[in-house]
Amino acid sequence: MTETRLPPVTQLGAASMAFVAAGVIYLAAYLPKHAPLWFALACLGCAAGLLALNAALLARVPSFAWWRFFQVMRWGLLAYLVVGGMLEYTFLYDRVHGSLLVVLTCMLVLFVVNVPLLMAFTVARFQRVDR
Amino acid sequence: MSVASAVAVPAEARPQAPVVAVRALPLVAIVLAGLVVAIAGNWPWALTFYHVVGGALWTSIDLFVGFVVGPILRSMPVPARVEFTRRLMPRMLVIMPTVVTMTLGAGFQLARQSGHLATSDPRHAWVVASMCVVGVMAVVALALLSPANLAVVFELRKPQPDPAVVGALMRRFVYAAGVTGAMQVATFVIMTRLAS
Repeated sequence: MTETRLPPVTQLGAASMAFVAAGVIYLAAYLPKHAPLWFALACLGCAAGLLALNAALLARVPSFAWWRFFQVMRWGLLAYLVVGGMLEYTFLYDRVHGSLLVVLTCMLVLFVVNVPLLMAFTVARFQRVDR
Repeated sequence: MSVASAVAVPAEARPQAPVVAVRALPLVAIVLAGLVVAIAGNWPWALTFYHVVGGALWTSIDLFVGFVVGPILRSMPVPARVEFTRRLMPRMLVIMPTVVTMTLGAGFQLARQSGHLATSDPRHAWVVASMCVVGVMAVVALALLSPANLAVVFELRKPQPDPAVVGALMRRFVYAAGVTGAMQVATFVIMTRLAS
């Protein structure tokens, strides 16, 4: 295998997404009423922290197939922006507003960034560093 | 034939497979446009259609891949396994996100319409349980299964694919499909409970 020692991006990304899923389920379980936000905010904070840690660890990798990483990341982002846009449309259609909409949108942003990052990392880790 | 010799077919001898089944994308666009219209119109029949058809396909494909295709794939000769994977993965990258979006989008709207989402509804707990099952499946599928799927496609596009990489990624793909397949059994219990 042409793999060098890499940070646990997949594990951290999966954990970040698990926090997003937990926060969204908690909020959705209360819809159409507004849920108390403390639990969702805690989930959002943990998910954002893990994503930031992931990005920081990945940026410190000395040799990595960044050309392939950004190629997959670009297309993945495009695809998941469409998915995220549809989900945001659903929130607005269901008249979600105020702080609840802000928290859900932030979680959506984390989801839209996390999935392409995991796809791009998994593909790029097995690619040649030089193009 | 060894794994190494099986995947080391010269690049010019092997037609370059697309990463995603591009020809299917217009069909995906039509299906998703229909879903948006169904939600916007809030038509019970259209929402039920999208939810039931999407859910049936999602569950069947998960179970079929996890418990039927996976074990068969492991017992196949390596060249056949590589060729099958090279053709299957681009299609899976289009099919799975589409059926998942159909099921969840229409399902959430149906739950709202039927009142099951309201915390006072006696079946609310079942809806929340289904959300938890979907949450686990989403994390497994999006963090493990889908990236492995994509990485296999990229690996098999190389002039000299690394058999160890393909093997490791396919193991991850088949195990993740098995986990989501098992979670689908929980979905059966919840959905039949909700519908009865």
